[in-house]
Amino acid sequence: MQTGLEEQLGLYQKRIPIFTRSVKGRFRRFKTSVLVLAYAIYFLLPWMPWARHDAPAQAVLFDLPGRRFLIFGLTVYPQDVVWLALLLFIAAILLFFVTGLVGRAFCGYFCFQTLWTDFFIWIEHKIQGERPARIRLYRQPWEREKFLKIGLTHGAWLAVSFWTGLTFVLYFAYAPQLVVEFFTGQAAAAAYITTGILTLSTYAAAGLMREQICTYVCPYGRFQSAMYEPQTLAVHYDARRGEAQHGRASARAGQRTLAERYEKGLGDCVDCGLCVQVCPVGIDIRDGLQYKCISCGLCIDACNSIMDSFNFPRGLIRYDSEQNLAQAQPGKPRLNWKSLKTIGYGVALVLMSGYLVYSIATRSSFDRAVTQIRQPLYVVLSDGDIRNRYQIRITNKAAEDVVYRISARGIPAEALDLGNFDEVRVKPGHSALVQASVRLPPDLAAGVQKFDLLITPVGKPAESRAESVRFDTPQRRP
Amino acid sequence: MSEQKLQSQTVQTTGHAWDGDLQEYNNPLPTWWIYTFYATVVFALIYWTIYPSWPIGKGWLSGVSNISYVNSEGETVKHQWNTRALLMEDMNKAAEAQKPYFDKIASTSYAQIAQDPEMSGFILSAGKALFSENCAACHQQGGQGVVGFFPNLTDDDWLYGGQYEKIHETLMQGRRGHMPAFSEVLDAQQIDQLANHVAQLSGIPHDAAKAEAGKRLFTSETAACYYCHGADGKGRQAVGAPNLTDRIWLWAGVPASEDAGEKVAAIRGVIYNGLNRGVMPSFADRLTPEQIKVLTVYVHELGGGQ
Repeated sequence: MQTGLEEQLGLYQKRIPIFTRSVKGRFRRFKTSVLVLAYAIYFLLPWMPWARHDAPAQAVLFDLPGRRFLIFGLTVYPQDVVWLALLLFIAAILLFFVTGLVGRAFCGYFCFQTLWTDFFIWIEHKIQGERPARIRLYRQPWEREKFLKIGLTHGAWLAVSFWTGLTFVLYFAYAPQLVVEFFTGQAAAAAYITTGILTLSTYAAAGLMREQICTYVCPYGRFQSAMYEPQTLAVHYDARRGEAQHGRASARAGQRTLAERYEKGLGDCVDCGLCVQVCPVGIDIRDGLQYKCISCGLCIDACNSIMDSFNFPRGLIRYDSEQNLAQAQPGKPRLNWKSLKTIGYGVALVLMSGYLVYSIATRSSFDRAVTQIRQPLYVVLSDGDIRNRYQIRITNKAAEDVVYRISARGIPAEALDLGNFDEVRVKPGHSALVQASVRLPPDLAAGVQKFDLLITPVGKPAESRAESVRFDTPQRRP
Repeated sequence: MSEQKLQSQTVQTTGHAWDGDLQEYNNPLPTWWIYTFYATVVFALIYWTIYPSWPIGKGWLSGVSNISYVNSEGETVKHQWNTRALLMEDMNKAAEAQKPYFDKIASTSYAQIAQDPEMSGFILSAGKALFSENCAACHQQGGQGVVGFFPNLTDDDWLYGGQYEKIHETLMQGRRGHMPAFSEVLDAQQIDQLANHVAQLSGIPHDAAKAEAGKRLFTSETAACYYCHGADGKGRQAVGAPNLTDRIWLWAGVPASEDAGEKVAAIRGVIYNGLNRGVMPSFADRLTPEQIKVLTVYVHELGGGQ
């Protein structure tokens, strides 16, 4: 019976489970330090107190109903959205800058997917044991021990996921109060929904999907190749040293020392497979640079530990550049920053960071928007005078009530009529809308094209701000 | 991916053979896809129970979801869920949220409102919305009016008075401005003389001799202009007769006319034909007292009031 193309592949690939072996070394220590620091900040920051007299005493509070973000001593209002734009720009440029220099450092050490996956693997390791024990458990039939251990692991993952989700929500309300409300069923529906979604997505992403997120979901993993240069440092296997003429071979008797191996034409790689076992994305770094590699450096640690035990020199797997490895005599790997692209990103990074700091440091304690009323642009009054009107909106960004004085520069003082609001008191976070009308006789109006409206917080003349506005007349139609 | 894995993922056939050797590959839909599809079916069933869905005869399957809100009369209205009821709920909730402001304005005097930045700010916003809905059709969006038809509310000339009370009265009762046609009463020469006099009053180029004759006519019993406009031409707000001595023109298209002749002709036209267009409807039974109060303050603010 003809069966046709048996070799045709299914359209959907089932996930092959990865059981990573734990490893010790420089990169593992660095990754653990980053994890502890990041978790300390993320989980503890909402609990940090900060004295405020007009808002809850929480150091970082994203007060959505109040339309403001309270970040330590800084209050950010929606009109400061340019800071967010700058921050995102800086983050993007920093990513490009770093990737050009040392590859996917963000993926390997700082990305929350990596951090949470790392922590979930740590839990798995603590409950189910080292890699061989985990593989055994995986192959075991579903009996009491397997139920218990797998159940406990998933339970712990869900607990961490839940606390991750809840912590995120705590940034949006006063944490001590919200936690009590949350567990007594009094919190807002949004709190439960957000926590629920984040619990499930954290559990799915860090517990179940793991490297699949990096491989299939995350766009950055795919477009990083566009940022790599031949000089970019990345985790590489020195194939020339590892394979030599006759390839890698295990360290049996007779090929245990470097001299013996050299004689036989064998490479330095003893084919222990440890670099594959520790890899969180399940690749073999000896196949060369590949898109699944998140550049976490654990294979370097693993390989170095083996090299040490055989008294071989370290660095068979190391941070190096493609260009250096291709040379006849590879030199010492070094950071190559002398390219137009890297320097350009660096300059953009410095400029934008500088601007962000400058913009925050010199922020005004109030916002103002002055708009000329355009319907009609001008009014001819009964005695022939010309009147223009303006709407002034003042938003108080300071933490206390402020009285603002409005005055004009470039026109006679009596030409400006503010009704009863030459001085207007505004509560913190609130705004006041004031209508100003300016009346000029025709001969004077002919000479005034623009003038300034000054807004001065009473008692703080240094914070006075001027807004230039037009004065329109029938003779000068726009 | 190991070789072993590849083997297990090769495609099977459906198991049936036609004509001895004809077989069909079995490529079922991916599991995730099929379960997502089932989930949408479940979603649809839940949706049909909660929200209106299928038409049945002249009615429809209404769903169990309801909307209830408190309307402006204070009654609780319960309605089957639909987007119109949802809108009504939103509208009534918004009205309820605004109520404290309107109540505060209703119980505050005009003088106090003018002193309070918060209430004034609310009136600038709420008044603009009310003005756009009710007044802008004639007086235009910014209140600038249309020469020859609708008065400009942003200048300092008030036909019936610019005090809060007078503006309130205008809104409550409406106004009916009227000027009789003089085509039957006066001859062309007299009308021309009167027009030159009016031009003289507001300082635009005119024929001095005609204006002098016009001045006599203005205060005579023949034309009797002074009945309404006053002997000095400054008008009378009690009857809505405009001040003829200022620079503001409502009925005669003087500002748009190019030369002196045309300007005088525009004035002549008004005297000849008279006017019965100055009609403003009453808003007493269209708006609530609070809304009228907000509009009063808003219009007062537009032109600076009196």
